[in-house]
Amino acid sequence: MPTLADLEGRIPAWCPGCGNFGILRAFKQAMIELKLSPHEITVVSGIGQSGKFPHYTKCNTFNGLHGRTLPVATAMKLVNHAMPVVAEAGDGDCYGEGGNHLLHAIRRNIDVSLFVHDNQIYGLTKGQASPTSMEGMMTKINPHGVVCEPLNPMVFALALDCSFVARGYAGDSEHLTRLMKAAINHKGFALIDILQPCVTFNLVNTYGWFKQRVYRLGDDYDPEDKEQALQKAAEFGDRIPIGIIYRNNRAPMNDRIPLIASTPLVKQPFEPLEVAQTILNDFF
Amino acid sequence: MARVFARAGYHVFIHQDYESRVRGGHNFFQIRFSDRPIMASRRPIDIVIALDRPSITNDQENLTASGIIVYDSAILGQTYDGPEFFNVPSVEIATEDGGSKIMANTVATGAVLGMLGVELTIFEDVLKGSFAKKGDAVIRQNIVAARRGHEFARHHCTRCAFSAAAVGKPLLLIDGNAAIGVGAVMSGCKFYAAYPMTPSTGILNYMASKSDQYGILVEQAEDEIAAINMALGACFAGVRSMTGTAGGGFALMVEGLSLAAMTETPVVIALGQRPAPATGLPTRTEQGDLLFALYAAHGEFPRIVFAPGSPEQAVYLTNKAFELSHKYQVPAIILTDQYLADTQWTYGGFDLSRLPYTDYRVRGEAYSSLPEYKRYAFTDTGISPFAVPGDGPHPVVADSDEHDEEGHLIEDAETRRGMIEKRLYRKLPLLRAEIAPPVLYGNPDAQTVFIAWGSQYGVLREATERLQEQGAAMLHFTELYPFPGTEKFDYLAILRKARRTVCVEQNATSQFARLLKAETGFSCSATINKYDGRPFLLEDLLGELDAHLG
Repeated sequence: MPTLADLEGRIPAWCPGCGNFGILRAFKQAMIELKLSPHEITVVSGIGQSGKFPHYTKCNTFNGLHGRTLPVATAMKLVNHAMPVVAEAGDGDCYGEGGNHLLHAIRRNIDVSLFVHDNQIYGLTKGQASPTSMEGMMTKINPHGVVCEPLNPMVFALALDCSFVARGYAGDSEHLTRLMKAAINHKGFALIDILQPCVTFNLVNTYGWFKQRVYRLGDDYDPEDKEQALQKAAEFGDRIPIGIIYRNNRAPMNDRIPLIASTPLVKQPFEPLEVAQTILNDFF
Repeated sequence: MARVFARAGYHVFIHQDYESRVRGGHNFFQIRFSDRPIMASRRPIDIVIALDRPSITNDQENLTASGIIVYDSAILGQTYDGPEFFNVPSVEIATEDGGSKIMANTVATGAVLGMLGVELTIFEDVLKGSFAKKGDAVIRQNIVAARRGHEFARHHCTRCAFSAAAVGKPLLLIDGNAAIGVGAVMSGCKFYAAYPMTPSTGILNYMASKSDQYGILVEQAEDEIAAINMALGACFAGVRSMTGTAGGGFALMVEGLSLAAMTETPVVIALGQRPAPATGLPTRTEQGDLLFALYAAHGEFPRIVFAPGSPEQAVYLTNKAFELSHKYQVPAIILTDQYLADTQWTYGGFDLSRLPYTDYRVRGEAYSSLPEYKRYAFTDTGISPFAVPGDGPHPVVADSDEHDEEGHLIEDAETRRGMIEKRLYRKLPLLRAEIAPPVLYGNPDAQTVFIAWGSQYGVLREATERLQEQGAAMLHFTELYPFPGTEKFDYLAILRKARRTVCVEQNATSQFARLLKAETGFSCSATINKYDGRPFLLEDLLGELDAHLG
């Protein structure tokens, strides 16, 4: 079982007070509680402040390109489904640049957990609007305010019958740890949209703003009730629920491929001499 | 029909010409067969099987003096007069006993075999194989149809003077795409992700058809960006992987190519060229993406670019691409085109024992016993140990940012310099030493040397053989990058000695001639360029070459 010291990574280059710290703390706690050592889990990240995440803990890491976490993670799961695979992405990363991949990861229901660090702003490139920025937000390139409606990732995922849809809050690490554990244990594609204050560039959605609005879904909430889930998913204003909004038991893609039903692909032998005996038969 | 000739021991060459549409249009196969090895299509035609009127208008002028046009007046809606026309009522014969109209094809094939004097036994075996899944009744009906067509031709084709009895042992018949697939499977490729795109879809089809038998996971990606990222993820997780596309899809993959380079994740990409820019002529052929394949992607890094000239070369070069890509942890591109992808060639067999397979990964005990592990450890060769995540107690860390030996992102100048030197300066000379030189066909003292790369191999080789007495030889390049040096074979001496050096390329800007000059300083004395999307037919190329022989 790993300890906090085993999960110690490089020193974060995030701003003091960044919401990412709460997410990192929650993640490490989840690893400890799931008894996952650094070599027993793979984290794929993209680009943005969230992309640096795996460097600040210890795990198998593929810090790839902006928006491209999910295809990489999907293939990893198909090759070695015994290994938990987590994708860490930002809102621009995953809902903007990589939107198409998200759509198809949900369709595939690949057993990957996607944690979106959703700060509703571009941090790394210093303060442009993201797909989840609220309408009217002023930025350097939106001097009259953002004119698009923000994407609601919860409603989007629900519409595609995503098998695990949750919202977390970086300011509530304890709750977020529980969500992360549930997502990793869930068999199928799991999305946690993590509300994350950006203390430098997002002066609208601050800790104070969230504190007034965020509330935990109660124990009486049934995440398998899809109609109710749609209502909760859409709730983003004066009140913002966090918790598992929706969950179903759709079989994950990796369970539906006969080739890897018994043995992960990475463990399957390759015998070139055997293949050589039959491979040309088709051509005669 | 081609399979019948191959099984009868004939050398066969087939090229496909089709329009970019699902149904209809004027499409054709050209089948050439011979008792000697052949590797190109010719212009003269002995038998035209006309399934539409354009077949007659387009091909009549290419008919040989004793040539015959086979057609069915019921299909074409008219009859043709003239000694060269042979009306085979294939639909009528097929439907005689309430049979299906679709069997008209079988009747026509039987008829042509009858015209050629080929016994039906082999065709009957082919039918049994093709319709095995459809059951005995369908097989029986088709055999009857074939026999009726055969008999009709034997009785009614008065002009038929062909004789093509079986000549030898059966040959295998394979196209360029399947050959790449065979090479990949034989190299231990376990994961293939692609987005369908002509002319490379055939590789995707082949890999999917072999998925169950050889344990290959095939995934149709949502786009080419996903395809290459999937290939990289699969490789990182521990298996050999590959993707395939055409120029337009490769354009989308370019970002991922750069990612492969930075993360030093091996990947093999089959790039089937077709006429561009943009959508171009989707189902036709060109060699227009050589420099694109060489220079695509941001940043400086080594890559492997191979361009096979035949299905046989495609098998071996795909294997070499996998081996080198994994040995050096660099991306490899197999550059083909629609012509090679879709042409079918015959061979006695392939020496698959020539195909090496080496697992370059650090696995199991070798990994577990390491006191520490650094994914990007500095080594003399620049090659760092590549472990399989989960196989040992150390995490494996890869990063698209510049990184330190452990794989964590850095900003400092010294590490950056070290990593560039590792990835580029240390690996590149070692990689270059693995590259085979071009192959000379003909006399090293030839007055005229024709130069070609990739798919121009077959047609130029046949043409050069015919021009050998006029002092012509041919130099063919397949391993294009790292560009071959002259240590193993001083091909530059041959070029410098020749009076004329003519580079034959299927593009408008002589991309290979320019590459040759950039890498060696040698300028060809002339170039032949074809950029109409159609392959060279033997006689057409001979005409062009003649003009250069002086």
